[in-house]
Amino acid sequence: MDVLGRYRNLIVLVGVLFAQILGLAVQVKHTTDSQSTRLIRIWAVDSVTPLEKVLVWTQTSGRNIWHNYFYLRGVRAENRSLKAQIEQMSLERVRMSQDADQARRLQALLAFKEQFISQTEAAQVIGSSGSELSRSVYIDKGEHDGIKPDMAVITADGIVGKVLRVYRSTSQVLLIDDQTSGVGAILDKTRLQGILRGTSSGEVVLEKVMSDETVPAGEQVLTSGGDGIFPKGLLVGRVMKVAPGGELFLNIRVRPAADLSKLEEVLVVTKIDEKQAEPDQGTSVRAIDVLAERLPGVPAKTDTSAAPSNADSDGKPKPVSPPASATSGGPITAAASADTKTFPKPTKATVDPKPQPALQDTPH
Amino acid sequence: MAITYTSGEQVEVYRFSLPATILIPLTAVFIQAWLPLRFPFFSNFDLPLLVVIGFATARRSPLAGLITGGLIGIFQDALTHQPIGLYGISKTVVGFGASSLGIKLDVENAGARFLLTIFFYVMHEIVYFMIARGLVGLHMAWSWRHELVSGAANALLGVLVYMLLDHVKQRT
Repeated sequence: MDVLGRYRNLIVLVGVLFAQILGLAVQVKHTTDSQSTRLIRIWAVDSVTPLEKVLVWTQTSGRNIWHNYFYLRGVRAENRSLKAQIEQMSLERVRMSQDADQARRLQALLAFKEQFISQTEAAQVIGSSGSELSRSVYIDKGEHDGIKPDMAVITADGIVGKVLRVYRSTSQVLLIDDQTSGVGAILDKTRLQGILRGTSSGEVVLEKVMSDETVPAGEQVLTSGGDGIFPKGLLVGRVMKVAPGGELFLNIRVRPAADLSKLEEVLVVTKIDEKQAEPDQGTSVRAIDVLAERLPGVPAKTDTSAAPSNADSDGKPKPVSPPASATSGGPITAAASADTKTFPKPTKATVDPKPQPALQDTPH
Repeated sequence: MAITYTSGEQVEVYRFSLPATILIPLTAVFIQAWLPLRFPFFSNFDLPLLVVIGFATARRSPLAGLITGGLIGIFQDALTHQPIGLYGISKTVVGFGASSLGIKLDVENAGARFLLTIFFYVMHEIVYFMIARGLVGLHMAWSWRHELVSGAANALLGVLVYMLLDHVKQRT
């Protein structure tokens, strides 16, 4: 008994360590969460996340009040500049739709199935795991918001990770730079496929690309859709460094497009639709319609079979008038100057009198 | 009601009130989970570990040290996606070691606390590394330089944390 009393602390230490090692071994063997650890995780998450939500809400509210009510310097100029950008992008959109429509026709011919992100849920990042070896974050949306495990999480810049565990009002997101994550990826130009993984030091590498391939630095890396989580074609990042790796494969380091260390708001992809590509039919938007909508000097005309509205009776194109602000003697705004500068007068090159599929756009 | 753990030795033994016993580790884990989002460099610190060392050296009870360390570690584990027990085992060992050493050494001055924290930080990382690689099968690289620099940074923060803990600890 004396011996037991003397070594009581050591015996307890060994007992506690043994129990934990046993628990750890059981968890490693069973990859899915057992009920006991699930409960511990729920308690821990529920005790930490409410405070995190309050802090994030306070921070966001304070920032919004400052930006929306007090700090409005330069908003007018920014507004003008944005309007000019919208005008420019509207025409660019029409031009780009030519290529898109052609691609859709080809895809339809090949019975190609496309994946569309049809529904997303915006969420705020409220906390992290607090460990360098567990690169995961918590978001303020959970079961109640329709979040499920294995949903893709993205930002406007690129992919972020996937939903790992879902709780009532929060979810844990495994980031792509964690060493246990894996994303099917494809290089944009060379079309080489590989698996994107994180490392213990937080880097992101593209694996399984053969060493006899040439991969230029700076090439874009996209999702391949092969993992069944991320839809095909989402931006992952850019190739940073290429070096020969072991076992006949290249060691390709990738810089993620999304800043994973400073995440604030993310989108959870809650629904992905898959449908066969179809060539666009029916309603179409022509460049002339966009011009008519944007530039008051161009009369609107919707009949595609008729001559374009900016062509006179002889079929010759009429010049496009500058916006009202510019013609009425008022100050030429940034938008007006951008209009006149960016958009050339609609000569035959820009608006052809004959109906052309090249100027069709997808219905929205 | 205050929880007291005393070793019964001829050294000054302190206790912490129940609210402090619960709220301080909770706050440490919360800060550890929240601050790296705003300041990514903070992930190099291990605030819950500093609290474990601070509690263990003040209470000077190996039993209390290993239980406190184990619970804080498991709580920390629960927020990660790794199996529960990695931090639990590491912090159990550190809690036991820090309180055992606290019985024999004077750990009231800043210099001793600084060195003690570096020592236990490295010990924590070694135990974590061994379990993560050996039992869980994680790929990890060991760097003495990185661990020593991180240990020194944690020790600096630790000296401040222990000064704060000095204000809430009570003499038995």
